[in-house]
Amino acid sequence: MFLFNFGANVKDNRPVNLDFTTFKLPLPAITSILHRISGAILFFGIAGLLYLLDTSLGSPEGFASVTEWLGNPIVKLVIWAGVAALLYHLIAGVKHLIMDLGIGETLSGGVLGAKIVIVLAVLSIVVAGIWIW
Amino acid sequence: MVTNVSSFGRSGLFDWVVQRVSAVILASYTLCILSTLLLNPDMTYPEWQLVFDSFSMRFFTLLTLLAILAHGWIGMWTISTDYLTTRMMGGKGTVLRIGFQLLCIGLTLLYLVWGIDILWGN
Repeated sequence: MFLFNFGANVKDNRPVNLDFTTFKLPLPAITSILHRISGAILFFGIAGLLYLLDTSLGSPEGFASVTEWLGNPIVKLVIWAGVAALLYHLIAGVKHLIMDLGIGETLSGGVLGAKIVIVLAVLSIVVAGIWIW
Repeated sequence: MVTNVSSFGRSGLFDWVVQRVSAVILASYTLCILSTLLLNPDMTYPEWQLVFDSFSMRFFTLLTLLAILAHGWIGMWTISTDYLTTRMMGGKGTVLRIGFQLLCIGLTLLYLVWGIDILWGN
């Protein structure tokens, strides 16, 4: 994905470094890219959730098959991954709203906020894993 | 204000507000569904059906689907205009970006219609 084509389609000659392998990403940058990745996962994952909702509400047989699928270890793993993306995106999103109120907008505040997001996300994802299994 | 065809005539400030209002709706719905599932681990089919039978839950679910449409579109648009560019992807960047954006619009409209069908179709 990160193949860069410098020069060929760039309209001017400003120097641009988009080589992520030479970047040192600070913690807030990592939480930010994870927010994007989890958001994209959720966007496409909604198809699966709607399918489960459709099947489980459609008929008693459908409800029974959804219950059966949710007992499958591989399905549990996929559900856990989806719930992890959801919890991470939710927590990182709430941090955004808090920052919009003007809280934690300094450099040190940003790093602290990122640390809190990571800690809360890991904790909630572990708890979700215990709940699913 | 500078607008062009590929920005779909929207403004950044409008997107900013929509993204936050829809985020609050999505967070509320997530907590509502998660707590329903947590508090009723052994739900039966009639109980599950009853949850989505009420007008308030149908309204809340439809509101959430509309929030997904707005929130998902703004998010995927942002991602596509950051990474699917000619600078990042070479000559195919523009085609990739427009194709990806059309896929996202199609998918999110499918979600909305599918959701309405699930809630009111039966």
